[in-house]
Amino acid sequence: MSYISLSDKDKKDMLNRIGLSSLKELFLTIPEDVKLNRDLNIPGSKTESELISYFESLSKKNTGSDYLSFLGGGAYPHIIPFLVDYLSSRGEFVSPYTPYQPEVSQGTLQVIFEFQTLICQLTGMDIANASMYEGASGAAEAVLMGHRLKGKPKVLLAGPVHPQYQEVINTYTKNLGILVEDVPYTDDGSADLDELEQKMDDQTSAIVTQSPNFFGVIEDLEKISGIAHKNEALSVVVISEPVSLGLLEPPGSLGADIVTGEAQSFGIPLSYGGPYLGFMACNQEFIRQFPGRIAGETVDVEDRRGYVLTLSTREQHIRREKATSNICTNQALCALRATIFLETLGKDGIRELALQNIQKANYALEECCKIAGVQKKFSRAIFNEFVLEFGKPAASVNQFLLDKGIIGGLDLDPFFPELKNCALFCVTETHTKDKIDRLVKGIEEAM
Amino acid sequence: MIRELLIFEMSDEGKKAYRLPELDVPENKDVLKGIRTREGVEDFPQVAEIEVVRHFTRLSRTNFCIDVGLYPLGSCTMKYNPKVNEKIAAFSGFSHAHPFAPHELVQGNLEILKTAEEYLIEIAGMDSFSLQPSAGAQGELVGMMLIRAYLEDKGNPRKIVLIPDSAHGTNPSSAHLCGYRVQEIKSNERGTVDVEDLARVMTDDVAALMITNPNTLGVFESDIIKICEIVHGKGGLVYMDGANMNALVGECRPGDMGVDVIHINLHKTFSTPHGGGGPGAGPVGVKKVLEPYLPIPVIERKEDSSLYFNLDRPKSIGRVRSFYGNFLVVVRALAYILSLGPNGLREVAEIAVLNANYIRKSLEGEYHLKYKTPTLHECVFSDKFQKEYGVQNIDIAKRLIDFGVHPPTMSFPLIVAGALMIEPTETESKRDLDLFIEAMKQIAREARDNPEILKEAPRTAYVRRLNETQAARNPILRWTPKESDLSKDQ
Repeated sequence: MSYISLSDKDKKDMLNRIGLSSLKELFLTIPEDVKLNRDLNIPGSKTESELISYFESLSKKNTGSDYLSFLGGGAYPHIIPFLVDYLSSRGEFVSPYTPYQPEVSQGTLQVIFEFQTLICQLTGMDIANASMYEGASGAAEAVLMGHRLKGKPKVLLAGPVHPQYQEVINTYTKNLGILVEDVPYTDDGSADLDELEQKMDDQTSAIVTQSPNFFGVIEDLEKISGIAHKNEALSVVVISEPVSLGLLEPPGSLGADIVTGEAQSFGIPLSYGGPYLGFMACNQEFIRQFPGRIAGETVDVEDRRGYVLTLSTREQHIRREKATSNICTNQALCALRATIFLETLGKDGIRELALQNIQKANYALEECCKIAGVQKKFSRAIFNEFVLEFGKPAASVNQFLLDKGIIGGLDLDPFFPELKNCALFCVTETHTKDKIDRLVKGIEEAM
Repeated sequence: MIRELLIFEMSDEGKKAYRLPELDVPENKDVLKGIRTREGVEDFPQVAEIEVVRHFTRLSRTNFCIDVGLYPLGSCTMKYNPKVNEKIAAFSGFSHAHPFAPHELVQGNLEILKTAEEYLIEIAGMDSFSLQPSAGAQGELVGMMLIRAYLEDKGNPRKIVLIPDSAHGTNPSSAHLCGYRVQEIKSNERGTVDVEDLARVMTDDVAALMITNPNTLGVFESDIIKICEIVHGKGGLVYMDGANMNALVGECRPGDMGVDVIHINLHKTFSTPHGGGGPGAGPVGVKKVLEPYLPIPVIERKEDSSLYFNLDRPKSIGRVRSFYGNFLVVVRALAYILSLGPNGLREVAEIAVLNANYIRKSLEGEYHLKYKTPTLHECVFSDKFQKEYGVQNIDIAKRLIDFGVHPPTMSFPLIVAGALMIEPTETESKRDLDLFIEAMKQIAREARDNPEILKEAPRTAYVRRLNETQAARNPILRWTPKESDLSKDQ
């Protein structure tokens, strides 16, 4: 296939205009010893139907789609109203770029403004940005922001933050002299607040807490924020499952200074891990150190309301090495999907969605705990994920389930050696009672 | 055109656009005991389905886009986004796959990633690729981290990174995020890196040179081999910003120039949609010396030839994001590479450069060209001639909107005052290029004869000359229920 739109005559005419006789002459500034002078060693071009065939067979090789899955761990299966695909596939949303020329980009800009508002409403914070890449790097950027604001070298991770997020925070901070320290979790599955108080000192910029945490357990954000503020540090809250915000008290009311997380749950398919949708929100006072694109409201020369990218002096194209982040391209189309999702579900829908998640997950947990050899690992309240401990390695239970066409919970052994026989199960509104009962039966047979 | 309200302004109690199935498990009231809950998300929208559809459809119609017309944003490579790639990315085996699914169940996806890596290796002339970075800027950060890890491993990470004054802002920003101090090197009268100057400032305190080739003026750094030798000579490494790869595909390869590490923007050269600002992808290619430091996970083949993610990489810089990168973006890029093949890819560079030079030749004389050096896929004019009449690049840009064209990139690179960076890409027809050229010529005439028209432009857009100063001085960054009416017509 070719997407060139010039005829042979066009090419001739254009070369003439330039005063050249061949296309080769356009590349004279490339030295001969650098020129490739051969064809690229990649397969020959495919037509549209050949292309579709090729990818259809690759898609079929992924037999996983036929299985009933209970995986979560930072990527959540949720319903996606058809409107999300339908509206977000419009060429007017898909094919433009960052709205540098606001007069011809009000669609994109107003969507960003609505997205920012929805995130503020969900999190209870003052300001949100137009997106970060995804949950883990967003968490890292929040840590960097906290460090910029407070200037102290240490950051505490309270309790079970997603292991991948922790790794990324380490990658981002290790060259910048920031020390990241873990605070362990207690038997109930939440952050150890006594340990946290002990490790807390005047050298700490921020406490980072995930809620619901990696084990699905809901943390006491108010207490943790209190500990942070008592020591003049910031409370950074990470949320990998923001459907929980439809039901749980928002971090903004519980003392959070910065909220960041993963909004894949809002209308973005599992996508084998990406593209996803990082989001970040903060309180008004921290605006100057806030990273990412932000849309703001203003008026035009005819006094009509409109939206523009604003506060650009924080950003790389203005401040260069002094910018709050190097982010340029973000996840705009994913933010559009999330906006359509949230506006379609609406106030009642997002609450109903959250209620169904917590009810179904608890039903599944309760039923599983009736099985001999299976127990609930953590006693504290969960949202839509829970950890089960088996009398044997989770891997063997999962292998049995696989043979029955079920992908069980995420084996926690590779992440937490002390949780040898444990797995993390996720149950959402997509799991009907029948499907949950099928899982329960499968585990029963496995034990 | 009807002024589109915010969704919150259309919201009314009790309206619903979606219904969930009834809860089918027994409801347990105890579940909420001891949990702090909220009544409902305050002021969250409540609208009907048709309202959602009209809202977004009408909003979309206020956007200019590639599907409507020429979008010559220099440095962004706004080429046509093939539609069949959207269909492919939506195949359920790809879009519904959970990233933690067992390897045996997602071999198709792993094969896509591995194949994409292999093709990028060949196209860029490098030894390995990581598809992890979510965008070009993250690719730059990863590239700089790789350099730092390598030098640290040798005993000294060094302190400085050299960056030309023409570089994209993400370059110094990324270097800084890696703990380096940025030292700017000045471009010469050709707009390129001055080799003697480089030799002078290249010391063993310099970790790397970040170079864009062709640079942001569209000029090929013809001394690139010498430049790499100078940097290597003092033990430093060369990072190439591959944002301008569209001028090079199939013609030459960064790896063959001596570059040690490069990032490529899949949403530029490889046609994946810009989406109003993303998602993109910024894969990083490296030479063998940097391979041990690549971010995890790395895809490898087992003895039974199945693919898996290897996390056992002791020298790795670590993880840079969750999961495996923007997978569905990689799917689209792979589809693009396969549909073009080697001839198609070479044609991309040939026609991208032809189109840009056609525009350049047609506008030389009408607009000031600061650097006379030959250019490849983009060219940078300035508003110098028009300034005599009180007209600036922003006025030219706004007036182009009235002609049905998206303005070029403005005020970048910084080394050209009043810059207008034009990159048509290879997918434009001669008719569309001529439309643009005629518009620019007309605007040059208007600048001379009737500058007020330019000052009042755009005349036909949905909004006109939004007050950006006010937006920054008095930030309103979200809707609030008691927001006072700023504008007249609500």
